Amino acid sequence: MSKLLRHTPTEVMDRKALSINPAKTCQPIGAMYAALGIHGCLPHSHGSQGCCAYHRSMLTRHYKEPVSAATSSFTEGSSVFGGQANLVQAINNIFTVYEPDVIAVHTTCLSETIGDDVPQIVDKAKKEGKVPDQKYVVSASTPSYAGSHVTGFANMVRGMIKDFAEASGTKNGKVNIIPGFVEPSDMEEIKRLAELMKVKTIVMPDTSGVLNGPLTGEYKMFPEGGVTPAELKDSANSRGTLALGEWASADGARFLDTEFKVPCNVLPLPIGLNNTDLFVDTLRRLGGVNVPESILHERGQLVDLISDYHQYFYGKKVALVGDPDQLIALTDFLVSIDMQPVHIVTGTPGKMFYKRIEEITKDAPFTPNMKEHGDMFLLHQWIKNEPVDLIMGNTYCKYIAKDEDIPHIRHGFPIIDRVGHQYFPTVGYRGAMRLLEKIVDALLSRLDRDNPVESFELVY
Amino acid sequence: MATKNKMVNITNKDLNDLKEELLKKYPPKVARKRAKQFMVNEATDGNPPEIQANVRTIPGIITMRGCTYAGCKGVILGPTRDIVNITHGPIGCGFYSWLTRRNQTSPQGDDDWNFMPYAFSTDMSENDIVFGGEKKLKAAIMEAYELFKPKAIAIFATCPVGLIGDDIHSVARDAKKELNEKGVDINIFGFSCEGYKGVSQSAGHHIANNQIFTHVVGLEDDVPESKYRINMLGEYNIGGDAFVIEDILERCGITINATFSGNSTYDQFARAHAADLNCIMCHRSINYVAEMMETKFGIPWIKVNFIGVDATIKSLRKIAQYFGDKELIERVEAVIAEEMPAIEEALADIRTRTEGKTAMLFVGGSRAHHYQELFREMGMKTIAAGYEFAHRDDYEGRRVLGDIKVDADSRNIEELEVEACPERYKPRKSEGELKRLEAEGFEFKDYEGLMPDMPEDTLVIDDLNQYEADELVKRIKPDIFCAGIKEKFGIQKMGIPMKQLHSYDSGGPYAGFSGAVNFYKEIDRLVNSRVWGFMKAPWEKNPELSGTFVWENN
Repeated sequence: MSKLLRHTPTEVMDRKALSINPAKTCQPIGAMYAALGIHGCLPHSHGSQGCCAYHRSMLTRHYKEPVSAATSSFTEGSSVFGGQANLVQAINNIFTVYEPDVIAVHTTCLSETIGDDVPQIVDKAKKEGKVPDQKYVVSASTPSYAGSHVTGFANMVRGMIKDFAEASGTKNGKVNIIPGFVEPSDMEEIKRLAELMKVKTIVMPDTSGVLNGPLTGEYKMFPEGGVTPAELKDSANSRGTLALGEWASADGARFLDTEFKVPCNVLPLPIGLNNTDLFVDTLRRLGGVNVPESILHERGQLVDLISDYHQYFYGKKVALVGDPDQLIALTDFLVSIDMQPVHIVTGTPGKMFYKRIEEITKDAPFTPNMKEHGDMFLLHQWIKNEPVDLIMGNTYCKYIAKDEDIPHIRHGFPIIDRVGHQYFPTVGYRGAMRLLEKIVDALLSRLDRDNPVESFELVY
Repeated sequence: MATKNKMVNITNKDLNDLKEELLKKYPPKVARKRAKQFMVNEATDGNPPEIQANVRTIPGIITMRGCTYAGCKGVILGPTRDIVNITHGPIGCGFYSWLTRRNQTSPQGDDDWNFMPYAFSTDMSENDIVFGGEKKLKAAIMEAYELFKPKAIAIFATCPVGLIGDDIHSVARDAKKELNEKGVDINIFGFSCEGYKGVSQSAGHHIANNQIFTHVVGLEDDVPESKYRINMLGEYNIGGDAFVIEDILERCGITINATFSGNSTYDQFARAHAADLNCIMCHRSINYVAEMMETKFGIPWIKVNFIGVDATIKSLRKIAQYFGDKELIERVEAVIAEEMPAIEEALADIRTRTEGKTAMLFVGGSRAHHYQELFREMGMKTIAAGYEFAHRDDYEGRRVLGDIKVDADSRNIEELEVEACPERYKPRKSEGELKRLEAEGFEFKDYEGLMPDMPEDTLVIDDLNQYEADELVKRIKPDIFCAGIKEKFGIQKMGIPMKQLHSYDSGGPYAGFSGAVNFYKEIDRLVNSRVWGFMKAPWEKNPELSGTFVWENN
């Protein structure tokens, strides 16, 4: 049956060295994405230019939006003698030609292996007058050989907070929200919920308005969206920080807690009923507000939808692959509607993943196969051994879905063959309803495709 | 369509003024350098001005360029279906080059090798950086063999590999020896294509050429007899281009012995020395192998181009003329005659909507030239063009090869010393035949380059950056801009149709006769789409903008 991935055997062989069809990519793309969530910021890749080209291309394919970023363009010479001259020159050229408010520098395996000290180089550029007044250069170390793109996102979030946050001595009454490695549409939805609750927030980073912008006839290299430098500075004066997603957001939040005594709460991503409840309830307590009727209404609609179509969710087996924060929240949601995520793979390392999934599935009538630092080759083999009704994951899953003839819902990063993820959220009650709509559509479309004449149904 | 953009009848002076104005924005050193790469084309008598190319990228300038690994693994070796290509490095390089170039492949049977949908990597971790990754690489090779039993495994080095001193070539040799001693017939070889080498993808092409030539070309002498046997070099089957070319050549009775490397196999590389003519599509990426095959095996090479109807016809006739066989010449003419009515019919319709429009083309190392043919056929003018990583010979023609100095950044890219193979060197044509062909105007091993082929009042820009692209579009307002994915959406935000000439925006094929019709239709769709009229809401009134946007002319 297998045609595309024809060389994937059913029998699982233990692999120690060879990664096949990864369920992750490398740090800098996450850092680039985070940096795009700062208003007026140009991400900068301190390495050879191939990384930057690849990261921009992949983000562009995912968002169908311009993604600008600069690079130090290392040559063999700078790889041996250090990239200081390249970065200082780049900073000067960027501020002269492109005039961003902020340059956010991340590193690659190249500059990390040779040991370039980016903060020191940035200091040198400042001393040489290469950074104009009221302009900023922030940085984060993002070695590609550690963690994954999610780690890179977390490192850049921490970097932007570390380099900007300043205690003014006066509390601002706001709640910081680190939304995690989610879509601009998700960040928009998180802000909408907070606004409905009348909680003043600093959402950092915030790619809404940056990577889901309009076509107007004018190209703005630095669009309206993004958390501003002023807000980032002010994050040290907030009432508290909500970090959504342990892998992507906890580091930045804990930094604010340690350095500026801004207390932090680390929550799962607000995907599904339970996790959105937790988000709303925590935000209510942190902000000292009541939850408005309109949010309760949305919640009720979600519960209504679950009850209306529960018969189609019940007991369906799902294979999940993606980033750990996404998978943990998604698993919780699927279990809560009595679906069975039986295979769960993330490429991002972190043993805590097992513990979280175990907690979520401990009362469920199945025990999932789980793998952190796993790959899609393994996931495919698991599916061959125990077939599923649905696969949820990024675009690369379509090869497995086609070979095994399984409905596929695109979720996570990257989605490079469909549209929607940048405009419509999967977080919050509404996001959960959108996910359910997709699940129902996928499962029932399959039923319609497969049912013979006598049992082909009009009404579901 | 009545009024054209005012910059269409642009003069050399306008362009020189524009150049001066754009350069003003740069710091002085950058301006001096860009001045040599940003040329007003003054192609008088086929002697274009000297352009600076294949030099290091300016840090922070927002280049379109990629790296050596991309040129080697992504471009040249990626399209071959039956080699297990292992990226030795952290996960990113392997991930980003996983299925993102549209090299189509067509394994014959369901059981035939096809590793295209797989990404293999050693996924180096911190430990591998600290203690070295050779052991892991060796283990990865063995695991790949265990799982797939392929006929060949290739290893691609990434940035940190060179820095930490992993010797991928000795690992490859060891693994090969070990498996060969166990009776396993497998070839294993490496590519030192670290991303920082050279200044662009170009260095990766050269490294790929060298290693394929050294480790594979000429290994298989058992080649079935066939007529008019050619190799198609530098055709990567994006969107099925090579399929179209294969079809045409097959109908003409010409045998493709090997393609480098669209829809290719390991065995094709191994028997590449058995062809009687090498035909180069992409000069930049593959001229090295052509030159080496000529020296070692005596195979002459010619430049061909199957992008554009006229170019396709010329190329077919050139191949037929080379073999000089009446039967072949007649079959080629018959195939051309079969194809022309459909082309003429399509153009008669489409030209009514494309005539007089303008294009800008900034693509890797060959398409910025080739695609001008298609635009010309549609009555469109290319007013600016350039490459990311081509060398001076691609711009000015191979006649300048002798004048090109290899600079410090590219000096470490190996030049192989090749000699005639004592057993297998065989001149394909006698001295007399060669002389006669040359007297007939036949050009061997020549490529005249992009610049002489463009009119005078045009721009030729090397390593175009984002600032320059935006300014060109804003000031000249072409009817269409062609480049890659990174450029696409910024250009379209300005209301200018953008066509990707790397990925073809998931379209294609564009090669040959049927491909040309696909392209005409696609450009017609893009430049005449209603969407460009939707950018302003009815209630938005901004007199400054009226009359300036392309969409208002349509």
